[in-house]
Order: sequence, then C-alpha cells, then structure tokens
Amino acid sequence: MLNIIGAVIARDLKLAMRRQADIVSAVFFFIIVVSLFPLGIGPEPELLRKLAPGVLWVAALLATMLSLPRLFADDHRDGTLEQLALAPHPLGLVVTGKVIAHWLVSGLPLALIAPVLGIQFDLSADALLVLTGAILLGTPALSGIGAIGAALTLGLRGGGVLLSLLVLPLYIPVLIFGAGAVDATVSGLGGEGHLSLLAAMTIAAVGFAPWASAAALKIALE
Amino acid sequence: MLEADNLECVRGERRLFAGLGFRLEAGELLYLQGRNGAGKTSLLRMLIGLLPPESGEIRWQGMPIKTAGEHFRADLCYLGHLNAIKEELTPLENLLAAARLAEEPLAEDDALDALEQVGLAGREDLACKHLSQGQKRRVALARLVKERRPLWILDEPFVALDIAAVDWLATLISGHLQRGGLAVMTTHQTVAIPAGTVRELRIGH
Repeated sequence: MLNIIGAVIARDLKLAMRRQADIVSAVFFFIIVVSLFPLGIGPEPELLRKLAPGVLWVAALLATMLSLPRLFADDHRDGTLEQLALAPHPLGLVVTGKVIAHWLVSGLPLALIAPVLGIQFDLSADALLVLTGAILLGTPALSGIGAIGAALTLGLRGGGVLLSLLVLPLYIPVLIFGAGAVDATVSGLGGEGHLSLLAAMTIAAVGFAPWASAAALKIALE
Repeated sequence: MLEADNLECVRGERRLFAGLGFRLEAGELLYLQGRNGAGKTSLLRMLIGLLPPESGEIRWQGMPIKTAGEHFRADLCYLGHLNAIKEELTPLENLLAAARLAEEPLAEDDALDALEQVGLAGREDLACKHLSQGQKRRVALARLVKERRPLWILDEPFVALDIAAVDWLATLISGHLQRGGLAVMTTHQTVAIPAGTVRELRIGH
C-alpha cells in the first residue's frame, strides 16, 4: 500500500521538477497578491496586523487553486490515468499519492514563504510561527478537497471556472480556522484550538477525499 | 479464459451493438473488426472494466471481472490508443515508472533491453517530447516486451509503426500466445500473426 503511494509521489515529484515553471508561478502569484495589500492599504501597522491572517489565507487558497486543474488533466490527456486505474490496487491509493505530491509542490512552498510575507504586515514572531503552522496544517486539506473538484470537472470544457466555484466554498472552514488561529494568537487567546481543528480537517480530507475523487475519476474514464 | 456474454453497448442515444459474445481460450488471439464508430474501442473498454456494459457479463477465469477486480487487473495488460507516456520523462524513466505503478518492478537492465528491442537504443535518456510519433509508440510498446501477464488487450497496436516494427510486434504477440497468453486487439491492417489460433469478430453490420 505504501509502495504504490510512494511510487505515485516519486513520479509526480519528478514530473514537477521537470516543469518547475508551474511551481514557481504559483509561489510568485502568492507573493504578489499578498504584497499588493500593504501597498494598496498604506502603512498603518494596526490595520495591517488585523488584515494579515485573512489576506495570507485567501492568497494561499487562490494559489492552490491555480495548480488544481492540472492535477488529473495531464494524466487524463496522455492516457496514464487509464493505466493508473487499471493497476492492481485501489485507485484511491493512487489519488492519495497524487494529493500528497500536490501538497509538496503547492502547499509546502507557501508555508515556507508565508513567514517572510508576514513581516510586511508587522506580525509578531509568535503570530508568524502560528501562521506558518496553520498553513502547514491546513494546505493538505486544500489539496485533498481540491482533488474532488478536479476529478469532478475532469474533461469538461471551461472546467477551470467550474472547479473554482465548486471548491472555493468548501475551502471556507479551512479559511476560517486558519485565519482564526493567527487572530487568536495576536489577541492573546492562543491558537491551539484552531490548529487542532485544522489538523482534524486535514486528516479527514486526506483520508477520505481521495476515495471520493477516485469514484469521480472512474465516471470520467467511462 | 475470457468470456463475454450477450454484451450490449449504448453510447449517448445510440445502441452500438447488442447480444455480442465470444469465448477466448489460452493461446488464442481475437481480432476485432468493424468500421469506424462501430464500437471496437468501447468493447475493449468494457473488457478492461472501465466501461460497464449496458447489459451482459464479462468473465475472466470464470469470475465476473467486476467481482474479480484487482485479481483481474493483475492479469491484464492494456495498451490504449493513447501512449500513456509522460513527455517530460525519458523512455527509460517512463518504462520504469509504469512498471512500478503497475506493481511489477522492472530491473533497469531489463528496461534497457526492452528499449533496445524496440529500436530506441541510444535514445533512453532523451525526453519523450523530442521523439517522433512512431518512436513514442515504440516506448509504449516496450512495456509489452517484458510483460508476462496472461491477458493483453491492445487498441490499434500497429498504428504509426513502420514495416519492420509491425513484423517485430507480430512476433512479440506470437510469443505471448505461445506462452499460453490471450490477446484481444483491434486493427484496420491485416497483420499475419505466425503462431496461435486467430479468431475474428466483426462488430456492427
């Protein structure tokens, strides 16, 4: 079981390394969107500190969305998805591998760059730490939930827009608790509760979403 | 043994075929024939279990393929009209990755040998996007060289191949049949397969 997940992750990471432009453009999108806010709002530290968690999280959601349409589309177009579906193991395991690989190339870089961007918003060291932790914990859920949307819209014309409409509402809980964790830290309440809920959402999403996606993929392959 | 019983295929509003059945024993090859749009590829997709038939049943070794699930897929090798190769990877990487994902890891020497047999020696380390259409097809076919699963289902395997490669593939399929394998394939060319029993099935009218 771990074998096949590992094989999918290794393959997807190798492919991602061969087209680094995709990873880099999503990260730069994140950096630019986040950086526009301090420039547009002006240098008021109080206001910026208040906006920071929401801005960073919304930007993270949008940056994750950028790479979602290609999660299954490339494999579908060149026929490898068929071969994956015909391999002698459940398709859900393959999708689990793809979700983890997607997180490694889309969620993880965002979490690593987030503390640097947080400095623009004058966040304290504590808040930066919680922000990074929240993005680390929450982005796997984004990849998992996103995989369902990507599988449902596979092969549709104009699937990209439909995908956003399907997936963004489902991202709301992650957004609320992700931004809430940083807010709570800034206001001195402590973000542990929010972080636990984020972790719970991630476990649920990474555990169950691949199987829902696999069911959707089988319909797309008919 | 692969059996199909009373298969019916409906795509959209049209019924492509109904009441279709056959029985294929070890060492036999089934040629599917029919005009474009007759439902050859649909039938193949039914046989590999990706397209559920409207009615009827397909059995592998006496067990419906739906129930046999992973056991059936472990005996199956499918080559579609898409090559299922990654343009960014080299032929060697493609072959190794495909084998690993099918849970039949291939030694690097075996993979290199397979690529040599399909005439891609010296191109193992070139990304597939730089290869020609025929060469990409050869990368896909290289999977068959070391393939020992009993059931091969091939969709237009001879397309985009030159004459030498067509002969090579015919010999490869013969070898598979001689080992007691089964094969189902669609083709528009008539290619003589030297060994095994060849049966034909015509779909549509």
